[in-house]
Amino acid sequence: MTVKRKDRVFNIVLTVFIAIAALAFILPTVLTIANSFMTSNEIAANYGAMFGNMNGSEHTFISEDVNLKFIPDKVTVDQYKSVLIKNSDYLMKFWNSVLLTVPITLIQLAIAVVTSYGFSRYPGKVKSIIFFAYIILMLMPYQVTLVPNYLVADKFGMLETSEHLIFKGAAKPLNVFCMMWARRAVILPSIFSPFSIFLLTKVMRRVPVSYVEAAKLDGAGEWQIMTKIYLPMCKSALVSIGMLVFIDYWNMVEQPLILMKNTTMHPLSVFLSQINTGDVGLAFAVGVVYMIPTILMFLYGEDYLVEGITYAGGIKG
Amino acid sequence: MKKNRNQCGRRKERWFSNACLIPSLVGVLIFFVIPFGIVIYYSMINNPIVKEYVGMENYKNLMENEAFKRASKNTAAFSLIAVPLATFLSLGLAVLLERNIPGKSFFRTLFLSPLMVPTASVVLVWQVLFHKHGTVNQIMEMFGGDSIDWLKAPQGQVVIILMFLWKNLGYNMILYMSALCSIPRDIIEVAELEGAGSIYQFFHIKLRYLSPTILFVFILSLINSFKIFREVYLLTGSYPYGKLYMLQHFMNNTFQNLDYQKLSAAAVLFSLVMIVIIAVLLIAENIFGKDVEN
Repeated sequence: MTVKRKDRVFNIVLTVFIAIAALAFILPTVLTIANSFMTSNEIAANYGAMFGNMNGSEHTFISEDVNLKFIPDKVTVDQYKSVLIKNSDYLMKFWNSVLLTVPITLIQLAIAVVTSYGFSRYPGKVKSIIFFAYIILMLMPYQVTLVPNYLVADKFGMLETSEHLIFKGAAKPLNVFCMMWARRAVILPSIFSPFSIFLLTKVMRRVPVSYVEAAKLDGAGEWQIMTKIYLPMCKSALVSIGMLVFIDYWNMVEQPLILMKNTTMHPLSVFLSQINTGDVGLAFAVGVVYMIPTILMFLYGEDYLVEGITYAGGIKG
Repeated sequence: MKKNRNQCGRRKERWFSNACLIPSLVGVLIFFVIPFGIVIYYSMINNPIVKEYVGMENYKNLMENEAFKRASKNTAAFSLIAVPLATFLSLGLAVLLERNIPGKSFFRTLFLSPLMVPTASVVLVWQVLFHKHGTVNQIMEMFGGDSIDWLKAPQGQVVIILMFLWKNLGYNMILYMSALCSIPRDIIEVAELEGAGSIYQFFHIKLRYLSPTILFVFILSLINSFKIFREVYLLTGSYPYGKLYMLQHFMNNTFQNLDYQKLSAAAVLFSLVMIVIIAVLLIAENIFGKDVEN
């Protein structure tokens, strides 16, 4: 009996501890969202001390302290109005992020499907050596990989590009490809990043041989085995890995900083760091707008994401 | 006979699966391997125009470069503290969450949530928290402590360690939770029958099964720790306070000056360090992890 009670007390203490830790984890996000509903005057009053002179803050009292506030005095959507309607800069940068992240994610996955199939069918010594080389490449930090990337981008004149929108009239939507092409310095090396190949190969190695044998008896060729057996069996894995890749590139800062000289094409993540002095009144709302895609993804597919993380498990095996 | 054929496959089928590797191999060769060869070459010549072989001189210059020394020292100091913390705190969280507590999956969600949130989105909150007149200092003053200008003091390392843990603990925790789930139940049950306490169970049984995961989390955290530049850059820009000057800052600023020799030497040196670290960790896993691998 006493042991049980001790256990129960321990569990309560533990729950409280975990609850506090979990609250600390969600705090920065919640604060950002809460502050995004403040008027710009209120932000100036609370955080003005951080940024010195601010536009339009002359008649606002600025305290020397920086006051962190949970709940706005007056809830408005003014910040959002400015971000989404009045000032098109932020939406442009958001669009820049989309133009980088979406093609990188989709093409990286497409390449990963084919490559992982190659790695998991007829494994051999050479293939396992190549796979190990891919792991090493995956583990190399940007400080190493960005230098070769830069050399290639420089050699092929990809560093200083601008968008030439060549399609006119009804074909205008095709200009999206021109925009992506202008961003090739970042997109091209990223689609060959071995991260998703590493994860997907681990998943594909688990496809039972008996399925493949059965399909072969029915006269299926290699192409059909890939598209009709491997691909459907990896569907949920593809969603999970796609989410991980998307999040990674949505958050990117290093690559555009180095590989894109044309700052008008920089994604919102880089632009947000330069926001501080100018439109602080909007920064919280921009931050929230920026996290919406990944947050939605998280709410919709947390289980996929958790599954995706666990594919890794270890370097080998 | 039949088995033999299945293993080798018919020639054409093998050919297809080999061909599948080609697109990726071509990309990796063009964007990583071949240019890295050029990087090695660049690191040993005096400049890209004269192309005179100078041996190790670039490396020597790099080693004597004050900015490089400071950057690698700061990065090493950061990684040495942040990586073990990230590895073991997340293990602790996973073990705690394995117990029967209410709202388990809700807590899991909260711990994982920073993964979703782009650092750039919340960087303002971190700035508010750690400003000279910011929240953390106000709390510290309330308890009679001295306020610190966090981002312009040696204590700035604390801020980025916190940011790093905030971002990465959830991910690592998930890796551990799945590893804990895959420990065979019967072994735990036998241990329980034999009267092993939960602490004994953890150290003598679970930890052994977890060792490949611990290694993986360690490597992952190490790789992520080199990305801390992102947080520092978003917080303080290209030229932060001395203690926050990271290796990637050095690289970025060298990119601006287009000093190919310095860049190449730094990249080659760093890749060698990484290979040594990974090799040591893999060997360690081979030694410690063997008895549970099936």
